[in-house]
Amino acid sequence: MAAASTRAQVLGLYRALLRESEKFTSYGFRTYAIRRIRDAFRENKNLKNSAEIETLVNNAKTNLEMIHRQVTIGQLYSAPKLVIE
Amino acid sequence: MWVPRPGAWRALRGLAAFQGRRFAGAATQQQGKGNVDESALRPLYLDVQATTPLDPRVLDSMLPYLIHYYGNPHSRTHAYGWESESAMEKARQQVASIIEADPREIIFTSGATESNNIAIKGVARFYKSRKKHIITTQTEHKCVLDSCRALEAEGFNVTYLPVKKNGIIDLKELENAIQPDTSLVSIMTVNNEIGVKQPVSDIGQICNSRKIFFHTDAAQAVGKIPLNVNDMKIDLMSISGHKIYGPKGVGAIYIRRRPRVRVEPLQSGGGQERGLRSGTVPTPLVVGFGAACELAQQEMEYDHKRISLLAERLVTKIMAEIPDVVMNGDPVDRYPGCINLSFAYVEGESLLMALKEVALSSGSACTSASLEPSYVLRAIGTDEDLAHSSIRFGIGRFTTEEELDYTVKKCIQQVKRLREMSPLWEMVQDGIDLKNIKWTQH
Repeated sequence: MAAASTRAQVLGLYRALLRESEKFTSYGFRTYAIRRIRDAFRENKNLKNSAEIETLVNNAKTNLEMIHRQVTIGQLYSAPKLVIE
Repeated sequence: MWVPRPGAWRALRGLAAFQGRRFAGAATQQQGKGNVDESALRPLYLDVQATTPLDPRVLDSMLPYLIHYYGNPHSRTHAYGWESESAMEKARQQVASIIEADPREIIFTSGATESNNIAIKGVARFYKSRKKHIITTQTEHKCVLDSCRALEAEGFNVTYLPVKKNGIIDLKELENAIQPDTSLVSIMTVNNEIGVKQPVSDIGQICNSRKIFFHTDAAQAVGKIPLNVNDMKIDLMSISGHKIYGPKGVGAIYIRRRPRVRVEPLQSGGGQERGLRSGTVPTPLVVGFGAACELAQQEMEYDHKRISLLAERLVTKIMAEIPDVVMNGDPVDRYPGCINLSFAYVEGESLLMALKEVALSSGSACTSASLEPSYVLRAIGTDEDLAHSSIRFGIGRFTTEEELDYTVKKCIQQVKRLREMSPLWEMVQDGIDLKNIKWTQH
């Protein structure tokens, strides 16, 4: 029943994570989230074991929800920009 | 050791100027909301040894306990208490796991300062009828040194071990310092000012063979370098939450159960935390602390690799552009994210003032209000002038290449500018040896 996630599904999740992370108002959190997501997907791009893929996909889904909540909080309490922004 | 010397009038002037700047910044921020004003922008943060930002993943774990689950974790009669208790126990498990301890060996405290106090005073006082001697080092954090001072006033003897030029202790000297009545050796894992790593395993081995308890202040080490209390033969360890992207106001002390380390509690009360630390455990804080530990464990390799790269980038770029820069502390046995550089012929405080776009520090945050040179730098034998010209760069999980390059650029600019203004630098350029000059004594 729980079929392995397809390539398209994984890519969709990857894009959704990046899109959501772009919305972090904090420079440090935004750049970190984008960098960490890219590195994590790259690190696991050759993964073949469907059970492992499924675990990671589920983690990514949980993380997407978390990022969404944290982005919202960040927008509610925004701070001035950094000197390099 | 920390009594400000008369003549440190510059400290007052510096502080006044600094506060003036801060207030001016706050005012413009309020008035000019919307229009981008240079002074309304925030400086970059490169002071992660003082404290770290709360990781959003940590905040996410804490929020439910700040909103819905507010029960007292020690309430045994209702669900509110049970849910808080189970969250607290999960956090204990997460903290224990990062140092490979048993959850029952973890006692939650308000931070590493309290943990250090409990470890040092607690062990010393419990065994005081037979043992009256404690060993520590000159480069410990102030709370360790101050706890030892307090014990000296109670009649204990304390040996403050010197460190070598590289900031690391000499194991031979440690062995020689041990007396028949030594109860505790307290030596930090990673130094907060210069980032050097002490040979904790070797120290643990020595203490273990001499049947002396070994406490280590690992506030700057946990979550950054792998630690195992059993392999390293550590009996007590202090851990802090806000140094690992967790919340402020929470920490833990690891106290070994086998063989059992006995500690006299400092605080009287309801007997929470097995009577060693009375007071209601702050559920949201420990949940965040636990989450921060779990994250740090997961991300340790990734963070370490990245921080090492950034640190190397910073040091090479600065060293390539500016002559007479000295890196304080051992170049190899260190945690890479803490870089302490001395810029000769430049006063550290002036440089910090000039680098107002970057949040940096000349050493520990606790002593940053005083203009006295850091006692850690003095302990490693840094010359007075170089000790005055040191700056600590702290690189963390959220530091970017852009931030680093900006800091390097500004730093090079300001060091060059300040040196051009400095009569000392001019004399050095003319080939005068400053050490041979007889300055008139005021």
